[in-house]
Amino acid sequence: MTAAGAAGAVLPVRALGRPKRRSLAQKLGFAVLGACMAANILFLGAILFFIASRGLGAISWAFLTQVPRDSMTAGGVAPAIAGTLYLTLGAVLFALPLGVACAVYLTEYSPKGWSSALLRVGVNNLAGVPSVVFGLFGLTVFVKYFGFGVSIVSGSLTLGILALPVIISASQEALTAVPQSVREASLALGATQWGTIRRVVLPAALPGILTGVILSVGRVAGETAPILFTAAAFYVRGFPHSPMSEVMALPYHIYALMTEGTHPEMQTRIAYGCSLLLLALVLSVSLIAILIRQRQRKVYHA
Amino acid sequence: MKNRRERLIKYLFAALAFSSLAFLAGIVLVLFLEGLPVFRTVSPWAFLTGRNWYPTASPPEFGALPLVLGSLWVTAGALLICVPLGVGSALYLHELAGPRRRAVLKPVLEILASVPSIVYGFFGMVVLAPFLQNAFALPIGLCSLTASVILGVMASPTVASIAEDALGYVPRSFREASFAVGADRWQTLTRVIMPAAGSGISTAVILGMSRAIGETMTVLMVAGGSAMIPRSFFDPVRPMTAAIAAEMGEAPVGSSHYHALFAVALLLFLITFLFNIAAELVSRRYRLRLGLSR
Repeated sequence: MTAAGAAGAVLPVRALGRPKRRSLAQKLGFAVLGACMAANILFLGAILFFIASRGLGAISWAFLTQVPRDSMTAGGVAPAIAGTLYLTLGAVLFALPLGVACAVYLTEYSPKGWSSALLRVGVNNLAGVPSVVFGLFGLTVFVKYFGFGVSIVSGSLTLGILALPVIISASQEALTAVPQSVREASLALGATQWGTIRRVVLPAALPGILTGVILSVGRVAGETAPILFTAAAFYVRGFPHSPMSEVMALPYHIYALMTEGTHPEMQTRIAYGCSLLLLALVLSVSLIAILIRQRQRKVYHA
Repeated sequence: MKNRRERLIKYLFAALAFSSLAFLAGIVLVLFLEGLPVFRTVSPWAFLTGRNWYPTASPPEFGALPLVLGSLWVTAGALLICVPLGVGSALYLHELAGPRRRAVLKPVLEILASVPSIVYGFFGMVVLAPFLQNAFALPIGLCSLTASVILGVMASPTVASIAEDALGYVPRSFREASFAVGADRWQTLTRVIMPAAGSGISTAVILGMSRAIGETMTVLMVAGGSAMIPRSFFDPVRPMTAAIAAEMGEAPVGSSHYHALFAVALLLFLITFLFNIAAELVSRRYRLRLGLSR
């Protein structure tokens, strides 16, 4: 045997990634890790399967376009769909400018220093505040202090604050991905800092910011606790007609159907339909965001 | 002239940026202003250690201990599920899955993370609770076990994604050194990579806990709702979030019940705040130890 061969037999030179001998511990351990991953997939599969298989039967054209009838046991959920759209739109309109401005300040104007360190900690903590606490804040400040009452405006503002950290962190990621050389080129041509941000950096970061907006839509549309005391009602006659009116919303409607009312079986059927609708809405929105982001990361790394 | 305009714009951005911080400050302020008045009715000590939560009895009793223990109890149960599931998935994704499998599995976790909590709650109520009730022959399906399972599954994508980031920070040289001395992949994983990523993984677990303890709609729907001190995983509980969400609608504004619920929210906020700060500190130390900046 040659010296090189002997060395190869002792040291796994050939196999930095994948040594030849596999111990029992390794086989078992890897199987357990695979099982952990599989458990997650199984749960997602179970949720999708049960909700889709039992919810599909409830969904029809009438379910999507009509108002509820016969004390919530028949008819459609159109007002709840409309309410969810209004609340989500309002929240994003409120959070988008604030969130992007905060991200621009953090990455462009003050990337280091105490003020941005403080901001980062603040935003991280805002992201960790329990959703029901946002609801209490909205109740105290928007519903009562500003006198907006239980309304679309109060609910949108409350949801908007909850969406802020999502938009800030996605925008920050998008802005930092813009290469420094692009900024320097613009400044070297005599553009001011604001001119550079407006004409060069923001357009380049736009797709990433959009991803953040889409992600926040998915998050906001499914939230229930923040609108419990600020916007939602189990039943409102017809469609909401002003920003100051109470609304029905899909997530709250599911909760109300399961905990209030007098016809549990019929209500559960409608709740299945609502869950499927909400799930389809939120998951398709997040899937779009995930796909856009994957594609962008590929472009950026290439 | 031009300089002045630039500076104005910078201040404008700073003002907008700090307004998001103002919301956090506003939340703290509101919780203190509306929560502290309850201590005119009940002493802080009685509030924290009282075993009876009878807010609508006369005279009312505001002992928050059952609610706090309820939250901690379901969160502890959730940890038993989300730590193996989350950390295991992160290790699987980082160590075992090839690029093609990763490209499919990572979005699966992200989708699992974006399922709305009300849908988890609904699923728990109509599918999981009856299933567990049959499986364990329980008197009721809506109990802390059901809540823990659902919360654990909800928190596991959060844990997985942060733990995976932490694993990514372990330098390649650690792995190469371990292989070079003859360790196989499992030994490298358990004796080199996991210890090196240890505090990063702890950060993931702390943030997962923070997510689970602040979760509202699921526990409101599946935890059973009785404000007792839990003795087993089959007892129904009323976690802090569920108490706030369920009772706020009925508590007259300005009553001691109303203030008591804000005080419970303050307690909840302080707990999650501590978790988040702890996660921040642990991850900062971790980055320093691995020689990473920031």
